[in-house]
Amino acid sequence: MPTNLEAQEDEHVPQTRGIVEELVRDDVGRKKFLKAVGTAGAASFGAFVLAACGSSSTTTTTKTKAAAPTTTTAAASVPASFGAGDIGILNYALTLEYLEKQFYAAVIAKKLFTGAVGSLVAEFGQQESEHVAALHATVLKLGGTPAAEPTGKFPITTAAAVAKLAYTVENLGAAAYLGQAAHISNPTVLAAALSIHTVEARHAATLATLVPGGHVTPTGAFANPADAATVLAAVKPFIA
Amino acid sequence: MITERLANPELAELEVGGVTRASFLVRGAVAAAAVYGTAAAAPFVSSALGATSDVDILNFALTLEYLETDFYQVKAKTVGLTGLAAHDVANFGVEEAAHVAALTAAIKQSGGTPVPKPTFVFPVSSSSSFLKLAYTVENLGVSAYNGAGPLLQSKALLAAAGTIVQIEARHAAAIGLLIGESPTPSGGFDTPKNMSQVLAAAGPLIKK
Repeated sequence: MPTNLEAQEDEHVPQTRGIVEELVRDDVGRKKFLKAVGTAGAASFGAFVLAACGSSSTTTTTKTKAAAPTTTTAAASVPASFGAGDIGILNYALTLEYLEKQFYAAVIAKKLFTGAVGSLVAEFGQQESEHVAALHATVLKLGGTPAAEPTGKFPITTAAAVAKLAYTVENLGAAAYLGQAAHISNPTVLAAALSIHTVEARHAATLATLVPGGHVTPTGAFANPADAATVLAAVKPFIA
Repeated sequence: MITERLANPELAELEVGGVTRASFLVRGAVAAAAVYGTAAAAPFVSSALGATSDVDILNFALTLEYLETDFYQVKAKTVGLTGLAAHDVANFGVEEAAHVAALTAAIKQSGGTPVPKPTFVFPVSSSSSFLKLAYTVENLGVSAYNGAGPLLQSKALLAAAGTIVQIEARHAAAIGLLIGESPTPSGGFDTPKNMSQVLAAAGPLIKK
């Protein structure tokens, strides 16, 4: 059993150090958020974080038992079929990026958008391809086996419907990355994931301007994370 | 032009000492600047930043959020924004203020002391120059959070920072569209910046 001191010396061991454990829940308003922040003692910050911290929702102190260095995290944040640890998270992200890449390719092939919007759509599709390539390469670099490319099926109908779907997909993608950030052990992998996360957010914000009722920041000042189960259920209809 | 100032490394370097004195972290850099001059402090800052605590990182983020809030809620009133730009900026100001409140509370909760709000100077007077600077500032914010994220020791704080940086990215993209700039200025991967790079870039906007 490692001591807390040992855990602190291991940069890969998630820990809490007198931090606010109740913070952003996307489904709570700002007032609730602030109230939560002001609450003494630790509470749930969100299941995704608690898993990473090796804590539990009933924890009421700010001290968290250190996870054993060899096990890295208390619970897998993605299904075991994607692989373990960072490789599993990367393969999960790779699967989502494959779908996004295919989606944009299908949209572009249909020539639904022209002019400035068409250029942006082409650009975003290219960027999703770059994400696929980067994630694929990173899985290999870590000694893992990249996830197989799924076959997507997307309802490519009208420009309006496609824009709305793209807006939904990008918001989901951003939420998916956000949901995994705290689970990533390797700082380099984390940095890469963060650099992709904000690009997905930029795509979503851009698409918001094309959709009636779209919002640049649909959840207000704080973005919502989504866990793998939620995301995979949402994309299931788009996998052949 | 602010973009020229940001691109001027000599000016940026000069501002590092001022920024540090004013509100930022790294106490040692202040001493170094006093003894050897601000130019000597710059490398000291970057090495000292390597051992930054979570509270220091939160205070660093807080300073940027103060800057954005002041820009959107105070400076914005002087430049004659209209239409969608005015609408977006009003919303963004409220969101940045929420970030200030959240970070302030998080710092206190972590046992730290929130840095005081600095005085800012925004060298813009028209709606177009305002939006251009907003684009620069929001993109800088994204780079700053993305650069600092992996340095956070607390995974809970990392997740919290993530919920904020995603919003900064959305703001940046929306403002980019308003002014005909790319919503994804660094392509498929946002470029992180370390704290000394961010300090250097934001320095000219911080008076004291």
